[in-house]
Amino acid sequence: MMKVVYIFWLRQIKKYYRSKSRIIGSLGQPVLFLLALGFGFGPIFQKAGQGNYLQFLAPGVVSMSIIFFSVFSGIEIIFDRQFGFLKETLAAPVSRFSIMLGRTLGGASVATLQGLLVIIIATIAGFRFDVAASLSLLLLFMFLIAVLFTALGTAIGSLMEDFHGFQLVVNFLIMPLFFLSGALFPLEEAPKILTAFAAIDPLAYGVDGLRGSLMQTTHFGLPVDLAVLFCLSAIMIALGAYFFSKAQV
Amino acid sequence: MENIIEVENLTKSFGKITAVNNISFEVGKGDIFAFLGPNGAGKSTTIKMLTTLLEPTSGQIKVAGFDVCHDEDDARHSFGIVFQDPSLDEDLTAYENMDLHGVLYGINKKERKERVESLLKFVELWDRHKDLVKHFSGGMKRRLEIARGLLHHPKILFLDEPTIGLDPQTRNHIWSYIKDMNQKEQMTIFFTTHYMEEAQRVAKNIAVIDNGTIVAQGTPEELLSKTNSQSLEDAFLALTGHNIREESPDAWAHIRAMKRAKR
Ligand SMILES: Nc1ncnc2c1ncn2[C@@H]1O[C@H](COP(=O)(O)OP(=O)(O)OP(=O)(O)O)[C@@H](O)[C@H]1O
Ligand SMILES: [Mg+2]
Repeated sequence: MMKVVYIFWLRQIKKYYRSKSRIIGSLGQPVLFLLALGFGFGPIFQKAGQGNYLQFLAPGVVSMSIIFFSVFSGIEIIFDRQFGFLKETLAAPVSRFSIMLGRTLGGASVATLQGLLVIIIATIAGFRFDVAASLSLLLLFMFLIAVLFTALGTAIGSLMEDFHGFQLVVNFLIMPLFFLSGALFPLEEAPKILTAFAAIDPLAYGVDGLRGSLMQTTHFGLPVDLAVLFCLSAIMIALGAYFFSKAQV
Repeated sequence: MENIIEVENLTKSFGKITAVNNISFEVGKGDIFAFLGPNGAGKSTTIKMLTTLLEPTSGQIKVAGFDVCHDEDDARHSFGIVFQDPSLDEDLTAYENMDLHGVLYGINKKERKERVESLLKFVELWDRHKDLVKHFSGGMKRRLEIARGLLHHPKILFLDEPTIGLDPQTRNHIWSYIKDMNQKEQMTIFFTTHYMEEAQRVAKNIAVIDNGTIVAQGTPEELLSKTNSQSLEDAFLALTGHNIREESPDAWAHIRAMKRAKR
Protein backbone atom coordinates (compact mmCIF):
# COMPACT_ATOMS: atom_id res chain seq x y z
CA MET A 1 0.00 0.00 0.00
CA MET A 2 2.69 2.52 1.02
CA LYS A 3 4.72 1.62 -2.06
CA VAL A 4 1.77 2.33 -4.32
CA VAL A 5 1.05 5.66 -2.61
CA TYR A 6 4.73 6.53 -2.94
CA ILE A 7 5.07 5.63 -6.62
CA PHE A 8 2.04 7.75 -7.55
CA TRP A 9 3.29 10.60 -5.40
CA LEU A 10 6.64 10.36 -7.16
CA ARG A 11 4.95 10.33 -10.54
CA GLN A 12 3.31 13.69 -9.82
CA ILE A 13 6.62 15.16 -8.66
CA LYS A 14 8.41 13.95 -11.79
CA LYS A 15 5.72 15.27 -14.07
CA TYR A 16 5.98 18.61 -12.28
CA TYR A 17 9.66 19.21 -12.66
CA ARG A 18 9.56 18.02 -16.25
CA SER A 19 6.94 20.59 -17.21
CA LYS A 20 8.87 23.83 -16.95
CA SER A 21 6.32 25.61 -19.11
CA ARG A 22 3.56 24.70 -16.68
CA ILE A 23 5.56 25.94 -13.70
CA ILE A 24 6.32 29.26 -15.37
CA GLY A 25 2.87 29.55 -16.93
CA SER A 26 1.07 29.10 -13.63
CA LEU A 27 3.17 31.87 -12.08
CA GLY A 28 1.90 34.41 -14.60
CA GLN A 29 -1.50 34.94 -13.00
CA PRO A 30 -0.30 35.37 -9.39
CA VAL A 31 2.45 37.74 -10.49
CA LEU A 32 -0.07 39.83 -12.37
CA PHE A 33 -2.34 39.95 -9.32
CA LEU A 34 0.52 40.92 -7.06
CA LEU A 35 1.79 43.66 -9.31
CA ALA A 36 -1.44 45.08 -10.76
CA LEU A 37 -3.62 44.80 -7.67
CA GLY A 38 -0.87 45.11 -5.09
CA PHE A 39 0.57 48.29 -6.49
CA GLY A 40 -2.64 49.53 -8.10
CA PHE A 41 -4.82 49.40 -4.99
CA GLY A 42 -1.92 50.00 -2.58
CA PRO A 43 -2.36 53.79 -2.21
CA ILE A 44 -6.16 53.61 -1.73
CA PHE A 45 -5.83 50.84 0.83
CA GLN A 46 -3.25 52.92 2.69
CA LYS A 47 -5.45 56.02 2.61
CA ALA A 48 -8.33 54.02 4.04
CA GLY A 49 -6.12 53.34 7.00
CA GLN A 50 -5.69 49.60 6.35
CA GLY A 51 -1.90 49.63 6.06
CA ASN A 52 0.19 48.06 3.34
CA TYR A 53 -2.00 46.30 0.73
CA LEU A 54 0.78 44.05 -0.54
CA GLN A 55 1.16 42.68 2.99
CA PHE A 56 -2.54 41.93 3.00
CA LEU A 57 -2.78 40.65 -0.57
CA ALA A 58 0.19 38.32 -0.76
CA PRO A 59 -1.30 35.48 1.34
CA GLY A 60 -4.46 35.71 -0.76
CA VAL A 61 -2.51 35.42 -3.98
CA VAL A 62 -0.55 32.49 -2.59
CA SER A 63 -3.80 30.73 -1.83
CA MET A 64 -5.01 31.52 -5.34
CA SER A 65 -1.99 29.94 -6.96
CA ILE A 66 -2.42 26.86 -4.77
CA ILE A 67 -6.12 26.41 -5.45
CA PHE A 68 -5.74 26.73 -9.22
CA PHE A 69 -2.72 24.50 -9.36
CA SER A 70 -4.17 21.82 -7.11
CA VAL A 71 -7.59 21.62 -8.71
CA PHE A 72 -5.84 21.26 -12.03
CA SER A 73 -3.57 18.53 -10.65
CA GLY A 74 -6.61 16.59 -9.55
CA ILE A 75 -8.43 17.10 -12.80
CA GLU A 76 -5.39 15.77 -14.67
CA ILE A 77 -7.10 12.41 -14.26
CA ILE A 78 -8.97 13.39 -17.40
CA PHE A 79 -5.67 13.55 -19.28
CA ASP A 80 -4.92 10.06 -18.04
CA ARG A 81 -8.27 8.95 -19.30
CA GLN A 82 -7.73 10.52 -22.71
CA PHE A 83 -4.16 9.32 -23.12
CA GLY A 84 -5.16 5.89 -21.85
CA PHE A 85 -2.93 5.60 -18.80
CA LEU A 86 -5.98 5.45 -16.55
CA LYS A 87 -6.73 1.93 -17.86
CA GLU A 88 -3.34 0.76 -16.66
CA THR A 89 -4.03 2.00 -13.14
CA LEU A 90 -7.64 0.82 -12.97
CA ALA A 91 -6.81 -2.75 -14.02
CA ALA A 92 -4.02 -3.07 -11.46
CA PRO A 93 -4.44 -5.30 -8.41
CA VAL A 94 -4.09 -2.52 -5.86
CA SER A 95 -6.71 -0.59 -3.98
CA ARG A 96 -7.93 2.43 -5.86
CA PHE A 97 -7.83 4.34 -2.60
CA SER A 98 -4.04 4.07 -2.44
CA ILE A 99 -3.73 5.22 -6.05
CA MET A 100 -5.98 8.18 -5.35
CA LEU A 101 -4.16 9.02 -2.12
CA GLY A 102 -0.76 8.90 -3.83
CA ARG A 103 -1.74 11.15 -6.65
CA THR A 104 -3.55 13.54 -4.31
CA LEU A 105 -0.56 13.85 -1.99
CA GLY A 106 1.70 14.26 -5.04
CA GLY A 107 -0.54 16.91 -6.58
CA ALA A 108 -0.76 18.67 -3.23
CA SER A 109 3.02 18.62 -2.80
CA VAL A 110 3.65 20.29 -6.14
CA ALA A 111 0.88 22.82 -5.52
CA THR A 112 2.57 23.66 -2.21
CA LEU A 113 5.89 24.10 -4.00
CA GLN A 114 4.16 26.37 -6.44
CA GLY A 115 2.77 28.38 -3.51
CA LEU A 116 6.29 28.72 -2.10
CA LEU A 117 7.49 30.09 -5.44
CA VAL A 118 4.76 32.72 -5.26
CA ILE A 119 5.81 33.67 -1.72
CA ILE A 120 9.36 34.13 -2.96
CA ILE A 121 8.15 36.34 -5.79
CA ALA A 122 5.99 38.33 -3.38
CA THR A 123 9.03 38.83 -1.16
CA ILE A 124 10.95 40.17 -4.11
CA ALA A 125 8.05 42.57 -4.74
CA GLY A 126 8.32 43.86 -1.16
CA PHE A 127 6.27 41.48 0.97
CA ARG A 128 7.81 40.94 4.42
CA PHE A 129 7.25 38.24 7.02
CA ASP A 130 9.11 36.49 9.81
CA VAL A 131 10.34 33.33 8.11
CA ALA A 132 11.59 31.51 11.18
CA ALA A 133 8.44 32.11 13.21
CA SER A 134 5.87 31.24 10.58
CA LEU A 135 7.38 28.69 8.21
CA SER A 136 6.06 25.45 9.73
CA LEU A 137 2.54 26.75 10.22
CA LEU A 138 2.64 28.29 6.78
CA LEU A 139 3.64 25.00 5.13
CA LEU A 140 0.95 23.16 7.04
CA PHE A 141 -1.77 25.51 5.83
CA MET A 142 -0.51 25.55 2.27
CA PHE A 143 -0.43 21.78 2.20
CA LEU A 144 -3.91 21.43 3.70
CA ILE A 145 -5.40 23.82 1.15
CA ALA A 146 -3.59 21.89 -1.57
CA VAL A 147 -4.81 18.49 -0.36
CA LEU A 148 -8.38 19.70 -0.10
CA PHE A 149 -8.48 21.07 -3.60
CA THR A 150 -6.46 18.33 -5.28
CA ALA A 151 -8.94 15.84 -3.84
CA LEU A 152 -11.79 18.01 -5.08
CA GLY A 153 -10.19 18.05 -8.53
CA THR A 154 -9.84 14.28 -8.45
CA ALA A 155 -13.49 13.86 -7.54
CA ILE A 156 -14.53 16.14 -10.39
CA GLY A 157 -12.06 14.57 -12.81
CA SER A 158 -13.36 11.08 -12.05
CA LEU A 159 -16.83 12.17 -13.04
CA MET A 160 -15.94 14.08 -16.20
CA GLU A 161 -15.33 12.33 -19.51
CA ASP A 162 -13.29 15.05 -21.19
CA PHE A 163 -11.99 18.56 -20.76
CA HIS A 164 -15.07 20.33 -22.10
CA GLY A 165 -16.43 20.79 -18.61
CA PHE A 166 -13.22 22.23 -17.23
CA GLN A 167 -14.08 25.84 -18.04
CA LEU A 168 -17.35 25.35 -16.23
CA VAL A 169 -15.54 24.18 -13.12
CA VAL A 170 -13.18 27.14 -13.21
CA ASN A 171 -15.86 29.75 -13.75
CA PHE A 172 -18.56 28.41 -11.49
CA LEU A 173 -16.53 26.84 -8.73
CA ILE A 174 -12.95 28.00 -8.47
CA MET A 175 -13.48 31.66 -9.32
CA PRO A 176 -16.37 32.14 -6.85
CA LEU A 177 -14.48 30.26 -4.13
CA PHE A 178 -11.50 32.51 -4.71
CA PHE A 179 -13.28 35.85 -4.94
CA LEU A 180 -15.52 35.19 -1.94
CA SER A 181 -12.70 33.94 0.25
CA GLY A 182 -11.47 37.32 1.39
CA ALA A 183 -8.24 36.83 -0.49
CA LEU A 184 -8.49 40.29 -2.03
CA PHE A 185 -10.36 42.31 0.60
CA PRO A 186 -10.61 42.27 4.40
CA LEU A 187 -13.65 40.34 5.62
CA GLU A 188 -13.97 42.58 8.69
CA GLU A 189 -15.17 45.52 6.64
CA ALA A 190 -17.18 43.60 4.05
CA PRO A 191 -21.00 43.64 3.79
CA LYS A 192 -22.83 40.92 5.76
CA ILE A 193 -23.79 38.97 2.66
CA LEU A 194 -20.13 38.61 1.65
CA THR A 195 -19.01 37.50 5.09
CA ALA A 196 -21.85 34.98 5.12
CA PHE A 197 -20.59 33.53 1.86
CA ALA A 198 -17.05 33.53 3.15
CA ALA A 199 -18.12 31.56 6.18
CA ILE A 200 -19.19 28.66 3.95
CA ASP A 201 -16.22 29.00 1.58
CA PRO A 202 -13.52 26.47 2.48
CA LEU A 203 -10.87 28.61 0.86
CA ALA A 204 -11.72 31.47 3.23
CA TYR A 205 -10.37 29.35 6.08
CA GLY A 206 -7.28 28.61 4.05
CA VAL A 207 -6.64 32.26 3.28
CA ASP A 208 -7.30 33.17 6.87
CA GLY A 209 -4.93 30.47 8.06
CA LEU A 210 -2.22 31.69 5.72
CA ARG A 211 -2.69 35.25 6.88
CA GLY A 212 -2.69 34.10 10.46
CA SER A 213 0.56 32.21 10.10
CA LEU A 214 2.28 34.92 8.05
CA MET A 215 1.10 38.03 9.87
CA GLN A 216 -0.64 36.94 13.05
CA THR A 217 -3.98 38.48 12.08
CA THR A 218 -6.99 36.23 11.64
CA HIS A 219 -10.71 36.47 11.08
CA PHE A 220 -11.88 33.05 12.24
CA GLY A 221 -8.92 32.19 14.47
CA LEU A 222 -6.18 29.68 13.63
CA PRO A 223 -7.62 26.68 15.53
CA VAL A 224 -10.91 27.04 13.67
CA ASP A 225 -9.10 27.39 10.34
CA LEU A 226 -7.06 24.33 11.05
CA ALA A 227 -9.99 22.22 12.19
CA VAL A 228 -12.18 23.19 9.24
CA LEU A 229 -9.47 22.55 6.65
CA PHE A 230 -8.48 19.29 8.25
CA CYS A 231 -12.01 17.90 8.37
CA LEU A 232 -12.87 19.07 4.88
CA SER A 233 -9.67 17.56 3.49
CA ALA A 234 -10.49 14.22 5.06
CA ILE A 235 -14.04 14.33 3.73
CA MET A 236 -12.87 15.37 0.28
CA ILE A 237 -10.29 12.59 0.12
CA ALA A 238 -12.97 10.08 1.04
CA LEU A 239 -15.30 11.52 -1.57
CA GLY A 240 -12.60 11.71 -4.26
CA ALA A 241 -11.57 8.14 -3.51
CA TYR A 242 -15.17 7.00 -3.77
CA PHE A 243 -15.70 8.59 -7.18
CA PHE A 244 -12.33 7.39 -8.36
CA SER A 245 -13.13 3.84 -7.29
CA LYS A 246 -16.27 3.99 -9.43
CA ALA A 247 -14.40 5.23 -12.49
CA GLN A 248 -14.72 3.15 -15.66
CA VAL A 249 -12.96 3.50 -18.98
CA MET B 1 -9.79 -29.24 -18.64
CA GLU B 2 -10.56 -26.96 -15.70
CA ASN B 3 -12.08 -23.59 -16.71
CA ILE B 4 -10.31 -20.41 -15.70
CA ILE B 5 -12.75 -18.03 -17.40
CA GLU B 6 -16.50 -18.59 -17.38
CA VAL B 7 -18.84 -16.14 -19.07
CA GLU B 8 -22.59 -16.54 -18.91
CA ASN B 9 -25.22 -14.49 -20.75
CA LEU B 10 -22.99 -11.43 -20.83
CA THR B 11 -24.50 -8.26 -22.27
CA LYS B 12 -23.20 -4.71 -22.54
CA SER B 13 -25.19 -1.81 -23.94
CA PHE B 14 -24.07 1.75 -24.52
CA GLY B 15 -27.34 3.60 -24.79
CA LYS B 16 -29.01 2.18 -27.87
CA ILE B 17 -25.96 0.24 -29.02
CA THR B 18 -25.71 -3.32 -27.78
CA ALA B 19 -21.99 -3.95 -28.11
CA VAL B 20 -22.09 -7.41 -26.55
CA ASN B 21 -25.29 -9.37 -26.78
CA ASN B 22 -25.88 -12.28 -24.44
CA ILE B 23 -22.67 -14.24 -24.99
CA SER B 24 -21.52 -17.30 -23.08
CA PHE B 25 -18.20 -19.14 -23.32
CA GLU B 26 -15.48 -20.79 -21.28
CA VAL B 27 -11.72 -20.75 -21.49
CA GLY B 28 -9.75 -23.69 -20.12
CA LYS B 29 -6.77 -23.26 -17.83
CA GLY B 30 -3.52 -23.09 -19.81
CA ASP B 31 -5.36 -22.51 -23.08
CA ILE B 32 -4.35 -20.13 -25.83
CA PHE B 33 -7.71 -18.69 -26.71
CA ALA B 34 -8.30 -16.44 -29.73
CA PHE B 35 -11.29 -14.11 -29.68
CA LEU B 36 -11.84 -13.12 -33.28
CA GLY B 37 -14.29 -10.85 -35.00
CA PRO B 38 -14.64 -7.94 -37.41
CA ASN B 39 -14.20 -4.30 -36.34
CA GLY B 40 -16.79 -3.27 -33.81
CA ALA B 41 -17.82 -6.85 -33.05
CA GLY B 42 -17.45 -6.34 -29.31
CA LYS B 43 -14.07 -7.91 -28.59
CA SER B 44 -12.51 -5.02 -26.68
CA THR B 45 -15.74 -4.39 -24.81
CA THR B 46 -15.76 -8.02 -23.69
CA ILE B 47 -12.13 -7.83 -22.58
CA LYS B 48 -12.83 -4.64 -20.62
CA MET B 49 -15.63 -6.38 -18.78
CA LEU B 50 -13.49 -9.44 -18.09
CA THR B 51 -10.80 -7.17 -16.64
CA THR B 52 -13.13 -5.14 -14.37
CA LEU B 53 -12.77 -1.94 -16.40
CA LEU B 54 -16.39 -1.88 -17.51
CA GLU B 55 -19.46 -3.01 -15.65
CA PRO B 56 -21.64 -5.43 -17.60
CA THR B 57 -25.23 -4.47 -18.27
CA SER B 58 -26.15 -8.03 -17.32
CA GLY B 59 -24.60 -11.47 -17.08
CA GLN B 60 -22.04 -13.37 -15.05
CA ILE B 61 -18.26 -13.41 -15.35
CA LYS B 62 -15.91 -15.60 -13.39
CA VAL B 63 -12.20 -15.07 -13.77
CA ALA B 64 -9.89 -17.44 -11.90
CA GLY B 65 -12.87 -18.43 -9.80
CA PHE B 66 -13.77 -14.87 -8.79
CA ASP B 67 -16.89 -12.98 -9.74
CA VAL B 68 -15.45 -9.84 -11.38
CA CYS B 69 -18.43 -7.73 -10.36
CA HIS B 70 -18.14 -8.48 -6.65
CA ASP B 71 -14.57 -9.58 -6.01
CA GLU B 72 -12.84 -7.14 -8.35
CA ASP B 73 -9.73 -6.96 -6.23
CA ASP B 74 -9.24 -10.72 -6.15
CA ALA B 75 -9.94 -10.99 -9.85
CA ARG B 76 -7.42 -8.26 -10.63
CA HIS B 77 -4.71 -10.24 -8.89
CA SER B 78 -5.13 -13.03 -11.39
CA PHE B 79 -4.55 -11.33 -14.72
CA GLY B 80 -2.38 -9.01 -16.74
CA ILE B 81 -3.46 -7.09 -19.79
CA VAL B 82 -2.09 -5.45 -22.90
CA PHE B 83 -4.64 -2.98 -24.20
CA GLN B 84 -5.52 -2.30 -27.80
CA ASP B 85 -5.36 1.47 -27.26
CA PRO B 86 -2.36 3.31 -25.83
CA SER B 87 -2.08 3.13 -22.06
CA LEU B 88 1.43 4.43 -21.36
CA ASP B 89 2.28 7.54 -19.40
CA GLU B 90 4.01 9.57 -22.08
CA ASP B 91 5.56 11.99 -19.60
CA LEU B 92 7.51 9.19 -17.99
CA THR B 93 10.48 7.33 -19.44
CA ALA B 94 10.26 3.78 -20.75
CA TYR B 95 11.99 2.55 -17.62
CA GLU B 96 9.68 4.48 -15.30
CA ASN B 97 6.61 3.08 -17.04
CA MET B 98 7.92 -0.44 -16.54
CA ASP B 99 8.96 0.22 -12.97
CA LEU B 100 5.59 1.69 -12.00
CA HIS B 101 3.88 -1.37 -13.43
CA GLY B 102 6.19 -3.61 -11.43
CA VAL B 103 5.28 -1.79 -8.22
CA LEU B 104 1.56 -2.04 -9.01
CA TYR B 105 1.91 -5.78 -9.47
CA GLY B 106 3.94 -6.25 -6.33
CA ILE B 107 7.25 -7.36 -7.85
CA ASN B 108 10.11 -6.72 -5.44
CA LYS B 109 12.82 -4.23 -6.25
CA LYS B 110 15.60 -6.61 -7.22
CA GLU B 111 13.45 -8.75 -9.46
CA ARG B 112 11.86 -5.66 -10.97
CA LYS B 113 15.22 -4.32 -11.98
CA GLU B 114 16.27 -7.57 -13.60
CA ARG B 115 13.03 -8.19 -15.42
CA VAL B 116 12.64 -4.63 -16.65
CA GLU B 117 16.11 -4.69 -18.11
CA SER B 118 15.75 -8.08 -19.75
CA LEU B 119 12.33 -7.30 -21.21
CA LEU B 120 13.41 -3.92 -22.53
CA LYS B 121 16.36 -5.68 -24.14
CA PHE B 122 13.97 -8.29 -25.51
CA VAL B 123 11.86 -5.65 -27.29
CA GLU B 124 15.02 -3.75 -28.24
CA LEU B 125 14.28 -0.63 -26.27
CA TRP B 126 17.03 -0.85 -23.70
CA ASP B 127 19.11 1.77 -25.55
CA ARG B 128 16.22 4.18 -25.11
CA HIS B 129 15.10 3.28 -21.61
CA LYS B 130 15.83 6.75 -20.25
CA ASP B 131 13.87 8.52 -22.99
CA LEU B 132 10.41 9.92 -22.43
CA VAL B 133 7.78 7.77 -24.09
CA LYS B 134 6.33 10.76 -25.91
CA HIS B 135 9.42 10.77 -28.10
CA PHE B 136 8.90 7.15 -29.19
CA SER B 137 7.57 5.98 -32.56
CA GLY B 138 4.26 4.11 -32.73
CA GLY B 139 5.95 0.72 -33.00
CA MET B 140 8.28 1.48 -30.11
CA LYS B 141 5.36 2.42 -27.90
CA ARG B 142 3.61 -0.79 -28.88
CA ARG B 143 6.67 -2.84 -28.00
CA LEU B 144 6.90 -1.09 -24.66
CA GLU B 145 3.24 -1.85 -23.93
CA ILE B 146 3.83 -5.51 -24.63
CA ALA B 147 7.03 -5.64 -22.59
CA ARG B 148 5.15 -4.05 -19.71
CA GLY B 149 2.36 -6.62 -20.02
CA LEU B 150 4.90 -9.44 -19.79
CA LEU B 151 6.62 -8.00 -16.72
CA HIS B 152 4.63 -9.92 -14.15
CA HIS B 153 3.54 -13.46 -14.75
CA PRO B 154 -0.21 -13.64 -14.12
CA LYS B 155 -2.44 -16.69 -14.35
CA ILE B 156 -4.24 -15.14 -17.29
CA LEU B 157 -2.82 -12.74 -19.84
CA PHE B 158 -5.27 -10.70 -21.90
CA LEU B 159 -3.84 -9.37 -25.16
CA ASP B 160 -6.08 -7.07 -27.17
CA GLU B 161 -4.55 -6.96 -30.65
CA PRO B 162 -1.06 -7.10 -29.17
CA THR B 163 0.82 -7.18 -32.46
CA ILE B 164 -1.06 -4.37 -34.20
CA GLY B 165 1.35 -2.17 -36.12
CA LEU B 166 4.38 -4.37 -35.57
CA ASP B 167 6.61 -5.81 -38.28
CA PRO B 168 6.58 -9.61 -38.89
CA GLN B 169 9.96 -10.13 -37.23
CA THR B 170 8.82 -8.51 -34.02
CA ARG B 171 5.48 -10.32 -34.14
CA ASN B 172 7.11 -13.73 -34.38
CA HIS B 173 9.62 -12.84 -31.72
CA ILE B 174 6.90 -11.79 -29.29
CA TRP B 175 4.65 -14.75 -30.02
CA SER B 176 7.40 -17.23 -29.36
CA TYR B 177 8.00 -15.56 -25.99
CA ILE B 178 4.31 -15.72 -25.13
CA LYS B 179 3.99 -19.36 -26.20
CA ASP B 180 6.98 -20.13 -24.04
CA MET B 181 5.35 -18.52 -20.99
CA ASN B 182 2.16 -20.42 -21.76
CA GLN B 183 4.02 -23.71 -21.77
CA LYS B 184 6.38 -23.15 -18.87
CA GLU B 185 3.94 -21.53 -16.47
CA GLN B 186 0.59 -22.86 -17.63
CA MET B 187 -0.36 -19.23 -18.22
CA THR B 188 -3.70 -18.85 -19.96
CA ILE B 189 -3.59 -16.54 -22.99
CA PHE B 190 -6.72 -14.73 -24.14
CA PHE B 191 -6.03 -12.68 -27.25
CA THR B 192 -7.65 -10.89 -30.15
CA THR B 193 -6.12 -10.21 -33.53
CA HIS B 194 -7.05 -9.38 -37.10
CA TYR B 195 -4.13 -11.43 -38.46
CA MET B 196 -5.82 -14.74 -39.18
CA GLU B 197 -2.61 -16.62 -39.94
CA GLU B 198 -1.36 -15.54 -36.52
CA ALA B 199 -4.48 -16.91 -34.85
CA GLN B 200 -4.25 -20.14 -36.86
CA ARG B 201 -0.65 -20.61 -35.85
CA VAL B 202 -0.92 -20.03 -32.10
CA ALA B 203 -4.51 -20.54 -30.96
CA LYS B 204 -5.66 -23.81 -29.44
CA ASN B 205 -9.25 -22.65 -29.25
CA ILE B 206 -11.14 -19.92 -31.05
CA ALA B 207 -14.40 -18.07 -30.61
CA VAL B 208 -15.72 -15.86 -33.40
CA ILE B 209 -17.87 -12.91 -32.40
CA ASP B 210 -19.88 -10.81 -34.81
CA ASN B 211 -22.31 -8.00 -34.00
CA GLY B 212 -21.98 -8.78 -30.33
CA THR B 213 -22.93 -12.47 -30.63
CA ILE B 214 -20.71 -15.52 -30.79
CA VAL B 215 -21.21 -17.17 -34.17
CA ALA B 216 -18.76 -20.08 -33.91
CA GLN B 217 -16.49 -21.75 -31.42
CA GLY B 218 -13.95 -24.58 -31.50
CA THR B 219 -10.39 -25.54 -32.38
CA PRO B 220 -8.93 -24.08 -35.59
CA GLU B 221 -9.43 -27.49 -37.29
CA GLU B 222 -13.04 -27.66 -36.24
CA LEU B 223 -13.73 -24.21 -37.66
CA LEU B 224 -12.05 -25.12 -40.94
CA SER B 225 -14.01 -28.32 -41.39
CA LYS B 226 -17.24 -26.71 -40.28
CA THR B 227 -16.94 -24.07 -43.01
CA ASN B 228 -15.19 -26.26 -45.59
CA SER B 229 -12.28 -23.84 -45.72
CA GLN B 230 -8.57 -24.16 -46.42
CA SER B 231 -7.44 -21.34 -44.16
CA LEU B 232 -8.74 -19.62 -41.07
CA GLU B 233 -9.12 -16.45 -43.10
CA ASP B 234 -11.57 -18.19 -45.42
CA ALA B 235 -13.38 -19.68 -42.46
CA PHE B 236 -13.57 -16.25 -40.84
CA LEU B 237 -15.02 -14.69 -43.97
CA ALA B 238 -17.47 -17.54 -44.38
CA LEU B 239 -18.66 -17.01 -40.81
CA THR B 240 -18.82 -13.24 -40.73
CA GLY B 241 -19.52 -12.28 -44.35
CA HIS B 242 -17.55 -10.15 -46.80
CA ASN B 243 -18.99 -6.74 -46.09
CA ILE B 244 -17.11 -3.98 -44.36
CA ARG B 245 -18.53 -3.18 -40.97
CA GLU B 246 -20.44 -0.11 -40.01
CA GLU B 247 -19.27 1.62 -36.87
CA SER B 248 -22.25 0.49 -34.90
CA PRO B 249 -23.53 -3.08 -34.91
CA ASP B 250 -27.05 -1.75 -34.64
CA ALA B 251 -26.72 0.16 -37.87
CA TRP B 252 -25.45 -3.05 -39.40
CA ALA B 253 -28.32 -5.13 -38.09
CA HIS B 254 -30.62 -2.46 -39.41
CA ILE B 255 -29.19 -2.75 -42.94
CA ARG B 256 -29.56 -6.51 -42.85
CA ALA B 257 -33.12 -6.22 -41.68
CA MET B 258 -33.84 -3.89 -44.59
CA LYS B 259 -32.27 -6.32 -47.05
CA ARG B 260 -34.39 -9.10 -45.65
CA ALA B 261 -37.48 -6.97 -45.93
CA LYS B 262 -36.78 -6.28 -49.61
CA ARG B 263 -36.56 -9.95 -50.51
N1 LIG C 1 -17.63 3.72 -24.48
C1 LIG C 1 -18.42 3.43 -25.51
N2 LIG C 1 -19.52 4.18 -25.75
C2 LIG C 1 -20.34 3.88 -26.78
N3 LIG C 1 -20.15 2.86 -27.63
C3 LIG C 1 -19.08 2.09 -27.46
C4 LIG C 1 -18.16 2.33 -26.39
N4 LIG C 1 -17.17 1.40 -26.45
C5 LIG C 1 -17.47 0.62 -27.51
N5 LIG C 1 -18.62 1.02 -28.11
C6 LIG C 1 -19.26 0.40 -29.27
O1 LIG C 1 -19.35 -0.97 -29.04
C7 LIG C 1 -19.12 -1.71 -30.24
C8 LIG C 1 -18.04 -2.73 -30.01
O2 LIG C 1 -16.79 -2.07 -29.84
P1 LIG C 1 -15.45 -2.86 -29.49
O3 LIG C 1 -14.41 -1.84 -29.23
O4 LIG C 1 -15.72 -3.84 -28.44
O5 LIG C 1 -15.16 -3.59 -30.86
P2 LIG C 1 -13.93 -4.53 -31.24
O6 LIG C 1 -14.49 -5.87 -31.54
O7 LIG C 1 -12.87 -4.44 -30.23
O8 LIG C 1 -13.47 -3.87 -32.61
P3 LIG C 1 -12.01 -3.60 -33.21
O9 LIG C 1 -11.61 -4.82 -33.94
O10 LIG C 1 -12.25 -2.46 -34.16
O11 LIG C 1 -11.11 -3.24 -32.08
C9 LIG C 1 -18.81 -0.67 -31.30
O12 LIG C 1 -19.97 -0.44 -32.05
C10 LIG C 1 -18.46 0.56 -30.52
O13 LIG C 1 -18.82 1.73 -31.23
MG1 LIG D 1 -11.00 -3.78 -30.16
